[in-house]
Amino acid sequence: MSAAPERRVYRVDWLPGGDVLDARCFCGARSTQPDPVTVWAWLLDHPRHAAPPPEGGRP
Amino acid sequence: MTQFARNQWYVAAYTTEVGDDLLGRTILGEPVVLYRSREDGRAIALADRCVHRRFPLSESRREGDSIMCGYHGFTYDRAGACVSVPGQTRVPRTARVASYPVVEQDSLVWIWVGDPAAADASRVPRAPHLVDPAMTTVRGMEPIDADYGLLVDNLLDLSHETYLHGGYIGTPEVAATPITTEVDEEAGVVRVSRHMADAECPPFYARSTGIEGRISRLQDIEYFAPCLYLLHSRITPVGRSAPVFRTEITYAITPSAPGKVYDFWAVSRDFAVGDEEVTAFLRDFNHTVVMQDVDALNLLQRALDTEPGPYQELSINIDTGALAARRILAALAAAGTGRADA
Repeated sequence: MSAAPERRVYRVDWLPGGDVLDARCFCGARSTQPDPVTVWAWLLDHPRHAAPPPEGGRP
Repeated sequence: MTQFARNQWYVAAYTTEVGDDLLGRTILGEPVVLYRSREDGRAIALADRCVHRRFPLSESRREGDSIMCGYHGFTYDRAGACVSVPGQTRVPRTARVASYPVVEQDSLVWIWVGDPAAADASRVPRAPHLVDPAMTTVRGMEPIDADYGLLVDNLLDLSHETYLHGGYIGTPEVAATPITTEVDEEAGVVRVSRHMADAECPPFYARSTGIEGRISRLQDIEYFAPCLYLLHSRITPVGRSAPVFRTEITYAITPSAPGKVYDFWAVSRDFAVGDEEVTAFLRDFNHTVVMQDVDALNLLQRALDTEPGPYQELSINIDTGALAARRILAALAAAGTGRADA
């Protein structure tokens, strides 16, 4: 019997005590963003946001 | 304007609204007549326009499970086939009105006005608390002259309770408390949670539960796009683990036509279930709250309609869930373009 496929769930936590949004993709990538528009732009960039930076690229 | 997602289930009525009388509703721009079969008790939904001269069948009369048009007598059976026309024996082959798939579940009448071949009754979202014998429910429906997306926006961002519903259900803590948002795009579900550990108790809960002091207040939204919205509310006297007062607030958001939406609302509680005074209070009080939203959205739509040109919105943290809902609605609308054929 195979396990149920993992749901592709995005999660955004508004961190208490400030204005920062902590975004987590279902792939495990994570980033803090200043507002919900940039949050969704980042999350929906999957899978590119999860890829390692190119050789010689910005970290 | 928020595009309609046609290939989806929508609430057309409460089960109790569909009976012997003919009920006219407009769902996603489609005029529909609803009634209940005298033969087997099932709800029936047909296109609400006679094929002859477009007279509303909902303003006509029943002949058993058939409807006879009140203008010239064209008669349609429960499947929408015309079985009789006046003065001649031959019924034109094209004389038929659309019959829509219907599911009755959890005291709601769900309708499908999209491609009939795509209607899957197992995909109707559930609201079992509406028929839970351990809970008491008050309910109503208000038409709003606003884009249905404005109602989705309203319900996904409850920070407006503090300002629009202050003194009713809003307190300062609602707008001040950070939210958590989860989005399952594949399932079309948005979840928004706001957990207030120590909050003022608004009159809605103070008068229905009898709590006099401050409360722990949990708001957990589940939005099953496009139609069903559930707000799971849990109230506890602050610093205590019991009693927990559970309230389930249900909305069905059914687009009627461009710029028009049906706002079905219900409040179910697991406390004071047999207390008629609490029931009457919650019915009246919540109706007042709903009408505050209705007035605000009517006003907002009129303001948007008179915008002189393109405008830019500004979204902040409180809008995280509503922005996700907009994306899902756009995706559902793009996926479902089928129409029911007569």
